[in-house]
Amino acid sequence: MSDLTRMTAAQLAALVADGQASAVEVTQAHLDRIGDVDSAVHAFLHVDTAGALAAAAAVDATRASSGPAALGPLAGVPLALKDVLTTEGVPTTCGSRILEGWRPAYDATVTRRLKEAGVVILGKTNMDEFAMGSSTEHSAYGPTHNPWDLSRIPGGSGGGSAASLAAYEAPLAVGTDTGGSIRQPAAVTGTVGVKPTYGGVSRYGLVALASSLDQAGPCARTVLDAALLHRVIAGHDPLDSTSIDAPVPDVVGAARHGDVRGLRVGVVRELSGEGYQPGVQQRFDEAVALLEELGAQVTEVSCPHFPYALAAYYLILPSECSSNLAKFDGMRFGLRAGDDGTRSVEEVMGRTRATGFGPEAIRRIMLGTYALSAGYYDAFYGSAQKVRTLVTRDFAAAFEQVDVMVSPTAPTTAFKLGEKLDDPLAMYLNDVATIPANLAGTPGLSLPVGLAPEDGLPVGLQVMAPVMADDRLYRVAAALETALVERWGAPILDGAPAL
Amino acid sequence: MSTVNGPDDPRGDHGDHGSHPLLPWETVLERFDPVLGLEVHVELSTRTKMFCGCPTAFGAAPNTQTCPTCLALPGALPVVNAVAVESAIRLGLALNCTIATWCRFARKNYFYPDMPKNYQVSQYDEPIAFAGWLDVEVPSDVGPRVYRIEIERAHMEEDTGKSSHVGGDTGRIHGAEYSLVDYNRAGIPLIEVVTKPIEGLGPAAPEVARAFVAELRALVVSLGISDAYMHQGSLRCDVNLSLRRSPQDPLGTRSETKNVNSLRSVARAVRYEMQRQGALLEAGGRVVQETRHWHEDTGGTTSGRSKEQAEDYRYFPEPDLVPVAPDPGWVERLRVALPELPSARRRRLQGDWAASDLEMTAVLNADALEVIEATIASGASPAAARKWWLGELARLANERDVELVALGIVPVDVARIIALVDEGLLTDTMARQVVEGVLAGQGPPDQVVAARALKVVGDDASLTAAIAEAVAANPDVVDKIRAGKVAASGVIVGAVMKATRGQADAARVRELLLGQLGVDG
Repeated sequence: MSDLTRMTAAQLAALVADGQASAVEVTQAHLDRIGDVDSAVHAFLHVDTAGALAAAAAVDATRASSGPAALGPLAGVPLALKDVLTTEGVPTTCGSRILEGWRPAYDATVTRRLKEAGVVILGKTNMDEFAMGSSTEHSAYGPTHNPWDLSRIPGGSGGGSAASLAAYEAPLAVGTDTGGSIRQPAAVTGTVGVKPTYGGVSRYGLVALASSLDQAGPCARTVLDAALLHRVIAGHDPLDSTSIDAPVPDVVGAARHGDVRGLRVGVVRELSGEGYQPGVQQRFDEAVALLEELGAQVTEVSCPHFPYALAAYYLILPSECSSNLAKFDGMRFGLRAGDDGTRSVEEVMGRTRATGFGPEAIRRIMLGTYALSAGYYDAFYGSAQKVRTLVTRDFAAAFEQVDVMVSPTAPTTAFKLGEKLDDPLAMYLNDVATIPANLAGTPGLSLPVGLAPEDGLPVGLQVMAPVMADDRLYRVAAALETALVERWGAPILDGAPAL
Repeated sequence: MSTVNGPDDPRGDHGDHGSHPLLPWETVLERFDPVLGLEVHVELSTRTKMFCGCPTAFGAAPNTQTCPTCLALPGALPVVNAVAVESAIRLGLALNCTIATWCRFARKNYFYPDMPKNYQVSQYDEPIAFAGWLDVEVPSDVGPRVYRIEIERAHMEEDTGKSSHVGGDTGRIHGAEYSLVDYNRAGIPLIEVVTKPIEGLGPAAPEVARAFVAELRALVVSLGISDAYMHQGSLRCDVNLSLRRSPQDPLGTRSETKNVNSLRSVARAVRYEMQRQGALLEAGGRVVQETRHWHEDTGGTTSGRSKEQAEDYRYFPEPDLVPVAPDPGWVERLRVALPELPSARRRRLQGDWAASDLEMTAVLNADALEVIEATIASGASPAAARKWWLGELARLANERDVELVALGIVPVDVARIIALVDEGLLTDTMARQVVEGVLAGQGPPDQVVAARALKVVGDDASLTAAIAEAVAANPDVVDKIRAGKVAASGVIVGAVMKATRGQADAARVRELLLGQLGVDG
């Protein structure tokens, strides 16, 4: 039943609930697909075949003994989990050598909620080391390839999660988004990715890159699937004090009833023009026109501080990350280098970190250490926090005028592997449109809106909404998705080359 | 083997073994003006840790009270212990501080193996309590003098783990063969109380320092927020001290002395640093801003890490925690509900016990207020309770170099011993033997009495027989007594006491002896 891998999560959940396919069959089909294509794509760092089949068998057993009503909402649906979320007993590397071989003693809250919902975790997906990057080339375990063109990047840091969807290795994936790591990979792989409101999904067990920016979220091939997954992983967690203690917005309802009539949609002036690939701009403009056709009131809005967001982000993120990554010292878990009995603790810590961290991690640790240093704190970290406040105010002012804002998700389509690896600034510019939402803690979603005429690669449109109005993202995206698929005659991924 | 003691522990001793020239005390006072600053860490006795649900009980097997959060496993997150926040606010209120309406935790970044995250969650420029004061009383030639110590701040933070450095000569990390770390202590809530520079103390500096720590300790105990056992490290003091030639001069360079783990040592450390710095300055040297380590055994300090090569802690607001914003109404309710504070309690007890200022000072100097109060509560008279704790028990504590509370006898036992004496069942000599038995772990007083068969030989018949024996054995002495040399009766009394293994009442023996011989006492 290889066509099981072509189905949506919603369809698979229904098949399992109705008894038309067992969870084990569904899982096996995806494991087979992984076996067929992942040597070319390299979306997974670890495939947990035994664990996945056992979880699937447990779903089937529950259905057999207690009936479909006893099943969770996504029971029996396979999922690819970004390797930055802890999984009890299953390797969690964060794409880094420094955690090679580490098997966590505990599940992240996201992991636990997935298991409780009967979701089958197939394995752990590739990522830039500690989620630092926009191409997944900074993984210590080799890059992931974009299923649309294996010579191109799948975006990052969550390239593995996005590629697993585009390669039909999994119908659902979980990513994390610190500056665009869910949305930009979604854009360049023709999939859907959502960064929920900061605090909407627990960070407990999410190995921190930048605590004040990190947010886990759903990745899928359809808007409804993303919403179904969003509902499973979101909600207050007493183990994360930054988690919001309020009901989860009705994202599934919004995804089922896409409708933009009367909705005020703002096009962000500062997120277009120079630096944006013409084909990206063109598909974005067409999608905005389509929204207008669907009844939205489209206006232009200005967010004057967005141009400073990237610079502020690259001070705040390294600052927090330099501190968050300090715990990787070889003393209690993971890699320990140079401990031959002759070296001091400091030397072993130093060697462990020099050996275990890749160049991008080291670059950001050094930047952050510098930015927080006495005498530089005010000029760097302090100023960046002020910019962050101004960006947050830009959002607040804009949302006085409009209900949602839209922009291209990424300035370009997928670039070639290696193309920007030696140019950190060019790499960082990939996230110029996604970073403002992380700084403000507001939610964002990326939806495929076509293929760029010049290279035939997917283009993403980003929807942004106010804090805890995540449902609006789904309402807009669902309406647009329906209209676009109708226009195209098929989902965008049907146009991807066969692997 | 020794243990390190927190974030600023000395990381090496730079070959400094503590044999410093000291300037005579009187000379220091003549030529220098000391300025004192105190930082006291109070380990809270909350049931769970500062940022996770792990238990905090002292003395559990190493690394059994840990979880992903306090071990800093990747992905784990902190959540603030509300009881710890409440304790900090109550201490702040008792210290007459302003309570912040909004404050944040901050990360203090530095690498050390006993700190699992390689940063400590503390508070930096936004403490929960600030700008307070505490009055302390120090005896002087002209009666007790009150010093108002201004409090800079009281802030919340987490404790580190505890390292044991095995092998090597120093017990420090340098030169050790290997180190063991116990993370049970990692994440235990602490409040750090920091004074403003205390000026104008002159010769009183050591005693004011001691009195401050004692008063703070009493405060913490009365609030019920900490055991405040200095010997177990649940109350730890760092002494900052600098000298200057004249009170008009700017502050001199200070040293920060750590590991000062008893009240007595607080005063000694201040005095030592004054004399060491004085000698250094008199010889034309300069004081280095550094961490120094107090040594109880040598009574001196050795150099730790120089602050000139000190780390930059790169403080920034802790992004994993939301700000603490105590509701003003709640703070007000905590203020109203504060218990009787130590100074008020001391005044009340002095009245209840009918003790003079001098007697009360003796009680406070011996740090015996609690134990005496508890002994009285167990039935002893105030006079007897004072006499025992300040006399025999203080002597024993001094002999063993421990604080009274750590001596190993509890107030209820002391009260029982006093009762046995009062009832005439024990003599003072026998009572001291009972104390010795209790301290030796032979059980409570009645058990020691039974085990040692201690009993006052009180019946005159058996005493008369013993006296007759002694008289018969010492005819020369008897002649002397009869001739009027009454003092010689001591020989006979001694012989009787020996014969009764000390269980006779010596005064009664003498009385009976003189009666028998027909001599007037």
